[in-house]
Amino acid sequence: MVISIKAIMSRGFILSLLAIGAPAVLPAAEAPRPGGELVFAVGEIPPSFDGHRETTFGMLHPIAPHYSTLLRFDPQNYPKIVGDVAETWSFSRDGLTLTVKIRKGIKFHDGTPLTAHDVKATYDKIIFPPEGVASARKALYSMVDKVEAPDDLTVVFKLKHIAASFLANLASPWNFIYSAERLKKDPRWYEKNVMGSGPFIFVEHVAGSHWVGKKNPAYFMPGRPYLDGFRAIFIRDTAPRVAAVRSGQAVVEFRGFNPAARDDIVKTLGNKAVVQESPWACNILVTLNNEKKPFSDARVRRALTLAIDRNEASKALAQISVMKYIGGVFRPGSEFATPPAELIKLPGFGKDINAARNEAKRLLKEAGVPEGFSFVLKNRNVKEPYEVSGVYLVDQWRKIGLNVTHTPLEGGPYFNDLRQGNFDAGVDFDCEFMDEPDLYLLKYLSSEASPVNYARYKDATLDELYERQSRMLDVKDRLPLIRQMERRAIGEQAYQFPLLWWQRIVPHSSRLKGWKIGPSHYVNQDLRDVWLAP
Amino acid sequence: MRQYVLKRLLLMIPTLFGVALLVFFLLRVAPGDIVELKYAGSGTFAPKEALDRERKQLGLDKPLAYQFVSWIAGIARFDFGDSMWTGRPIIEEIKIRLELSLQLAVMATVVAMLLAVPLGTLAALKQDTWVDYAVRIFSIAGLAMPSFWLGIVIILGFLIVFKWMPPLTFTSFWTDPRANLAQLIWPALAVGYRYSAMATRMTRSAVLEVLREDYVRTARAKGLWERAVVLKHALSNALLPIVTVIGLEFAFLLGGLVVTEQVFNLNGIGMLFVESITHRDYTMTQALVLLVSFAFIFMNFMVDLLYAWLDPRIHYQ
Repeated sequence: MVISIKAIMSRGFILSLLAIGAPAVLPAAEAPRPGGELVFAVGEIPPSFDGHRETTFGMLHPIAPHYSTLLRFDPQNYPKIVGDVAETWSFSRDGLTLTVKIRKGIKFHDGTPLTAHDVKATYDKIIFPPEGVASARKALYSMVDKVEAPDDLTVVFKLKHIAASFLANLASPWNFIYSAERLKKDPRWYEKNVMGSGPFIFVEHVAGSHWVGKKNPAYFMPGRPYLDGFRAIFIRDTAPRVAAVRSGQAVVEFRGFNPAARDDIVKTLGNKAVVQESPWACNILVTLNNEKKPFSDARVRRALTLAIDRNEASKALAQISVMKYIGGVFRPGSEFATPPAELIKLPGFGKDINAARNEAKRLLKEAGVPEGFSFVLKNRNVKEPYEVSGVYLVDQWRKIGLNVTHTPLEGGPYFNDLRQGNFDAGVDFDCEFMDEPDLYLLKYLSSEASPVNYARYKDATLDELYERQSRMLDVKDRLPLIRQMERRAIGEQAYQFPLLWWQRIVPHSSRLKGWKIGPSHYVNQDLRDVWLAP
Repeated sequence: MRQYVLKRLLLMIPTLFGVALLVFFLLRVAPGDIVELKYAGSGTFAPKEALDRERKQLGLDKPLAYQFVSWIAGIARFDFGDSMWTGRPIIEEIKIRLELSLQLAVMATVVAMLLAVPLGTLAALKQDTWVDYAVRIFSIAGLAMPSFWLGIVIILGFLIVFKWMPPLTFTSFWTDPRANLAQLIWPALAVGYRYSAMATRMTRSAVLEVLREDYVRTARAKGLWERAVVLKHALSNALLPIVTVIGLEFAFLLGGLVVTEQVFNLNGIGMLFVESITHRDYTMTQALVLLVSFAFIFMNFMVDLLYAWLDPRIHYQ
């Protein structure tokens, strides 16, 4: 029997998009109007132009409109996966071979046809990068044995083992399809050049200033894109970015703003403002140095998470920052999210903060931690949401008799200290492009196995649970293991634990149509469905 | 004089070499590296091998001495290399920003001079009168008010009153002078005002000092017009300290307007500087430090030459 991809994907995903507090209600269905140039702000500058190599939305937002991917998340029904250049796909009976049929007639912007050989060359570059070529997400495809292109319209992925996240990883917005011919001549050509098959053709890039694209008349989807072009303006500082939207110089900034900026924009634009909000696939984590005393003691770590009043945090911090939702290892509202009844059983996630703090004090006493014990909380010197989280944590820990010094640092020294283990406690984060346990749980693997885990511990149980859940295709089979892993990582052992999950807030001009917010600022950025009202 | 000029020009080489040596090693001493920042900064799951591969690609795996020598050898050929962050040639990256920064520095200097010289002179001539006090308030307010704050006030004022803000992308003056000035006039005013405040105080004290000189008294005793006394005898002799301030400030404006550039979203050298340091983009930071150092050295040199032109008593041997 062939395992149906539809069956894999139709896992009762919960639609998590919300439109909250919007001053203007999104119209149900308006007829798209072709034409116009979309001007939007981007808060980061693209380092190189290569999606396989880069990790910042500053690259993705201006450059994604130039490219197609193999699969993509349906922007109207996240996290449903639909084809982009892929027309159909199916797994073999044993789940170890994925065969993808490519749409016929897709052309690169230089007029050459996009074939299965281009897809193969693209994934070979991502999964098996040649010497001297950087691939940021190579590790996510460790299950792939080889990629084949038996004919012009068929790509075959051979896997070493079943992997639950494999298909969703093919919808990664970073995996731009490149031309095999260009890659053959120079595997690093795409670092400095743009040539895809996406809805927009590259026109101009002025470093640090702006990026311009124009409509691809030969785009494979009839009638798309609606826009004549787009212009991304790089604005690194928040204040001018907000001012750009307020003044109408930019129609939108897709990553999102904090509540104060949203209110400013709404106040200025009035009924010409639309606000889209969604729980964000990002959280703030408290990471503890498990190699250092007294944090090597699970009782102390549990005391630290017990002391945090997350219910109060979600009310207070949501007013001044994007911090909002209480959740475990997975984004609240996602299909893997901890059910509320289970969440409140985890230390620090209960409703009775006084009881939790009494328990925290008892644990500290039992572990021999004296009243007034001092330690340092290292943080990034980014005001929001990092510094506000740090300030809140210091206050919470003071309430159980701990004396914590908050030390915000510049990115370089901060990550250096975390990597070197030169810290007591730190404010970390986890931000993914999709709600997939294989991505979120990486943070909780033993530090040796996970370069993104700074908490410096070794836990064979967690590693084993991760491997097991990762090789199960049925969510029902995965969930018990996932819950077990969560309970151990942020509950019993409390190696590190989430503070709050973020709220994505995108206020924009009511002229922007056809764009729907999702839980990740990395996805749905190809702009093919976007149009501008007069 | 020719010998002096040549000597000063040649002296720039060891000075710049010293700067290059310092900045190269200081940057390496600072914790964190560009590769770590790129991957850890965005939370990407990148194993150690991936980071090492990236470091190798950037040449960071080579011994420091080798890196330094090859960088210096490149500079000797006017090849500053590629930015480690963007991979693009540094000269190209700087060129894009230099036009804006230079124009802003010139415009701010013009604004500053247009305010400082007449106001400072007037304050000196009307010492201890309401005019002097008014100029003092104006200039002290300029000193107390950071230019970026004034910039924010300007932007908010436009936003609230007109729902407008200056253009966010740079257009060359030669392409569209109107769009160019619409963007740069406001930061030039914000920066020029603060800059003028210092120059106003300097002009006032310099003119006051000169006005008490014997030759000014003689000029007045000869029955010269007050305007001639002030412009020809007093102001021209008071210009030396003013020129010094202008020279140093101009060099500072080239790379030091970080926050003002952020507020107005100007794609200038200051922003590039901060970004390159934040990203630990060694090659770019090194090039920018050299550029700004050169600007300071060159401006000092020009100021010294101006001294001789302004004051015939000064001779360089």
